[in-house]
Amino acid sequence: MADAILEVFRGDRQGGKTEQYRVPVAPGMVVLDAIHYIQGHLAPDLAVRWNCKAAKCGSCSAEVNGRPRLMCKTRMDALPLDQPIKVFPMKSFPILKDLVTDVSWNYKINKKIPPFTPRPGTDWKVYQDDVDRVQEFRKCIECFLCQDVCHVLRDHDKFEQFAGPRFFVRVAGLEMHPVDGKSRAKLLRDELGIGFCNITKCCTEVCPEEIHITDNAIIPLKERVVDQFYDPVLMLVRKIRGVNEDSK
Amino acid sequence: MAGESVTVSQGHFVGTLRRDAWWTEILPAALLLGAFGIYATFRAFEGAYYTWGPYLSPFYSPLIDPQHHFWPWSPALLILAFPLGFRTTCYYYRKAYYRAYFMDPPACAVGERKRNYCGETKFPFILQNLHRYFLYAAIIVLGFLWYDAIIAFFLDGHFRVGVGSIIMLVNVVLLSTYTVSCHSLRHLVGGKIDCFSCTSMGSPRHTGWRAISILNERHMLYAWCSLISVGLTDLYIRLVAAGVLRDITIL
Amino acid sequence: MTTKFETHEHDVLIIGAGGAGLCAAIEALAQGASVGVVCKSLLGKAHTVMAEGGIAAAMANVDRADDWRTHFRDTMRGGKFLNNWRMAQLHAQEAPDRIRDLEQWGALFDRTSDGQILQRAFGGHTYKRLCHVGDRTGLEMIRTLQDRGVALGIDVYMECAVTRLLKDGDRVAGAFGYWREQGRFVVFKAKSVVLATGGIGKIYKITSNSWEYTADGMALAYEAGAELKDMEFVQFHPTGMVWPPGVQGILVTEAVRGEGGILRNKNGERFMEKYDPKRMELSTRDVVARAIYTEVREGRGSEHGGAFLDISQKPAEYVKKKLPSMYHQFLELADVDITKGPMEVGPTCHYVMGGVRVDPETAESTVSGLYAAGEVAAGLHGANRLGGNSLSDLLVFGRRAGMAAAQAAKKVRQATIDQTQVDKAEREMLAPFQNGNGESPYAIHRDLQETMQKLVGIFRVEADLQQALQELEKLQERARRMHVDGSRMFNPGWHLSYDLQSMLTISEAVTRSALARRESRGAHSRIDYPSLDATWGKQNNVVSSQKGTMMLRQEPVPAMPEELQKLLADEAEAVAGKGK
Repeated sequence: MADAILEVFRGDRQGGKTEQYRVPVAPGMVVLDAIHYIQGHLAPDLAVRWNCKAAKCGSCSAEVNGRPRLMCKTRMDALPLDQPIKVFPMKSFPILKDLVTDVSWNYKINKKIPPFTPRPGTDWKVYQDDVDRVQEFRKCIECFLCQDVCHVLRDHDKFEQFAGPRFFVRVAGLEMHPVDGKSRAKLLRDELGIGFCNITKCCTEVCPEEIHITDNAIIPLKERVVDQFYDPVLMLVRKIRGVNEDSK
Repeated sequence: MAGESVTVSQGHFVGTLRRDAWWTEILPAALLLGAFGIYATFRAFEGAYYTWGPYLSPFYSPLIDPQHHFWPWSPALLILAFPLGFRTTCYYYRKAYYRAYFMDPPACAVGERKRNYCGETKFPFILQNLHRYFLYAAIIVLGFLWYDAIIAFFLDGHFRVGVGSIIMLVNVVLLSTYTVSCHSLRHLVGGKIDCFSCTSMGSPRHTGWRAISILNERHMLYAWCSLISVGLTDLYIRLVAAGVLRDITIL
Repeated sequence: MTTKFETHEHDVLIIGAGGAGLCAAIEALAQGASVGVVCKSLLGKAHTVMAEGGIAAAMANVDRADDWRTHFRDTMRGGKFLNNWRMAQLHAQEAPDRIRDLEQWGALFDRTSDGQILQRAFGGHTYKRLCHVGDRTGLEMIRTLQDRGVALGIDVYMECAVTRLLKDGDRVAGAFGYWREQGRFVVFKAKSVVLATGGIGKIYKITSNSWEYTADGMALAYEAGAELKDMEFVQFHPTGMVWPPGVQGILVTEAVRGEGGILRNKNGERFMEKYDPKRMELSTRDVVARAIYTEVREGRGSEHGGAFLDISQKPAEYVKKKLPSMYHQFLELADVDITKGPMEVGPTCHYVMGGVRVDPETAESTVSGLYAAGEVAAGLHGANRLGGNSLSDLLVFGRRAGMAAAQAAKKVRQATIDQTQVDKAEREMLAPFQNGNGESPYAIHRDLQETMQKLVGIFRVEADLQQALQELEKLQERARRMHVDGSRMFNPGWHLSYDLQSMLTISEAVTRSALARRESRGAHSRIDYPSLDATWGKQNNVVSSQKGTMMLRQEPVPAMPEELQKLLADEAEAVAGKGK
């Protein structure tokens, strides 16, 4: 089969440039295979994160021809080979080296989210109908491609005020957990900045697990925030009943 | 924090490494929404040619004070705010116009203008949170439109099927699908429940929520179909009312 | 000790952040210890995430007759009675409680119609026993443990690799390693160290394992003086992808067979009828792997050298619901729609039953203060592991290791580490940069994988194994002279140069153990000794380092108490082999 040219970003915090590598294409080859070929034969110090090579761990996130992708899931035969294939690190995160970025910010945000808190006295009888919805969110492999593509982070750098789609998915998984008894609506509005999301759906477009991030996680959470903070009738009802805002 | 030291020219407005013609994603939305906006504004202010025989334009339903007893302007202006508000605050249309007109972002992984972006945290966009109240209004308006669609099959007390009656029926069906597939309705029917099996009426609400969820997956499709159909229905009635077209009797 | 290197101190240091490491961390924290977790990748990316089928635990939610005794018997039977009986007993008894822990920490398993955890059938398990979430059980497990650990406040040192265990006399006192990102060295001082580093799959060419599975935990323990056990038992999972070449080895979950998948050869014959007419596709992994391998070798394989695994007789919606990742994996990587047609599958190196020899109650190795849990430890699975028993292994023995490590840490003081050990460890790591014109570690690694795949694979024979030993010696010589380019900053070539040393050491242990065991048992199949042998059925191979030389000896399999023997009475004798 024909060769492909990969144009890979090489550099670190100080800056960098792209370098071209010629790679023989085999049937069914993915971009990560090509990167491994480069490591094995042309540039042993080319830095890349990867683990499972089966789209289960979410390590090999990068931007292939400008699109945030998992390299292990991006088939070479789906890319035009007449031009070099551009492989760049995720743009939204600070670069460490070559294709590896510093994603530690995500782990810091994650710590802000109160953990699963079972309702007191639950009998742990849980039915599939109640679980289906949450299981979709639990498919997340933390590839952070949604964080990378989200313009609130990518273009507006709201790293201080905004948690990003990944963590709305996590919060959705907790909020809609049939046994969880805690409300995170205030956190969503005040600390995770759900209001910054303008539901333009790029997170959903790039999700390799095909989680309907916008429709099933973010919008339902926005509606829950509305229940708590913007719906005058519901707010009045709660006031009359004297309901505590931390419980569901 | 992002990418400050990377010497890659994709940070500026519409900068991207994408190879495809990303702007084709927003072009149809921009054109269609623009065309509808101009037409609807024109029709709302026109205040004429909105009814013919049993037909009433959806832009003018429910028809209030057509004889201008207390409202001197076009009667459409009295009610159009509700369906338009429903669409303006709709979770799907928000995506469409934020992308097509505000370029926030123009397309995925395509750079946008650097400025003080606030999303939906500040006025006026914080009002998007009131979508459910527009839903309530839209449901009421939808009731009138169903009434209109049914009486459109009766001319002078006799059952009659005209092209217009079919158009109005199709339109109200599409509008209903669009309304029923609404994200806010989905939330109110069942989305807000964490544990269906431990809530009273949980089972029927789960069924309802499931059904709306299935429709909701195609909310975008219904949004466009119903937008086009409502515009064309009005156009048809306008042309018939103005005498440009003649409504053909089918049955 | 003062050192020029960044130093961290903990009561318990855990190396590895997969299921076992995180369970150990959670339990050690619960015991009040200060805990540090070191992992080579980002948190949540460990190999556990790839586990698909489920967690074996006799909860009896689906088959009411199930109990720990049956699970114990299945495990022993699957391991051909080389298992440590006490580990198998503890495992079977405690697994259901560990599942409940997970549920109470937020895990959401698939449910039965009466609101309990659903369980599915799996190879070698008498009853439906595997608690699961579709085919992404490992992800659910690691995310649950990760969230739990983060909520409790574990310190995680991500993308940090340990290259040496540091000792104070006979006792483990810490570890030396480097940050992958900057290449800076780091020293950890700890009263107890738990190894939870997983397996060795990367010594083979066709493997379902990720780059992390470079045998480091076993090599660390071996170099620190600990004993390794049962190293000849390497599990080849019967169903890995075989086509296209780039995905060769990627796992096809046993859940496909658990959900009713059927194996056929190119003539359309359901060949498992020949190899295990009773259990068919749900036979143990060693049997199915050998069956597929044999079909291919005798010319009845598929176009690309595998067998056909077919689940398309089930409704498409069911397949997509129960096996979603398999569906996408084949659709996207191999252009095959598994709801319509069969998958092409063949054996892939998946797991090692052998590992660090540990005490069944505490998971402590033969080196004081050093613990091992999960795949890196030996004993539970004997000669062959049942599917689903590895995740429960992580839960049960990860927790036990964390508990014992934390309790032991209370009784000792932070030891001193002498500088010479640290200096030596540093010198070793820097050597590949200084070697003049040696080879790239990638080239040596490729040759190692070829050698092991060809000579120490599913079927083994004396001459091949002898040749493998010679080849390994040559590879070790080449590795001594290997050369690495570039800087220490995130340099995969340099990282591999260390991992390669571990893989070479452990490859030798596998080969020597395989050579010694002159019988076929479980995952170890000798063409020249095709049947079970009664003598070998009563002993384990043990490998250790004596003054830098690898020594192999046999230890008797510990005797089982009478009441457990009774559970196995009817079949133990048959499987142990009746002599020759």
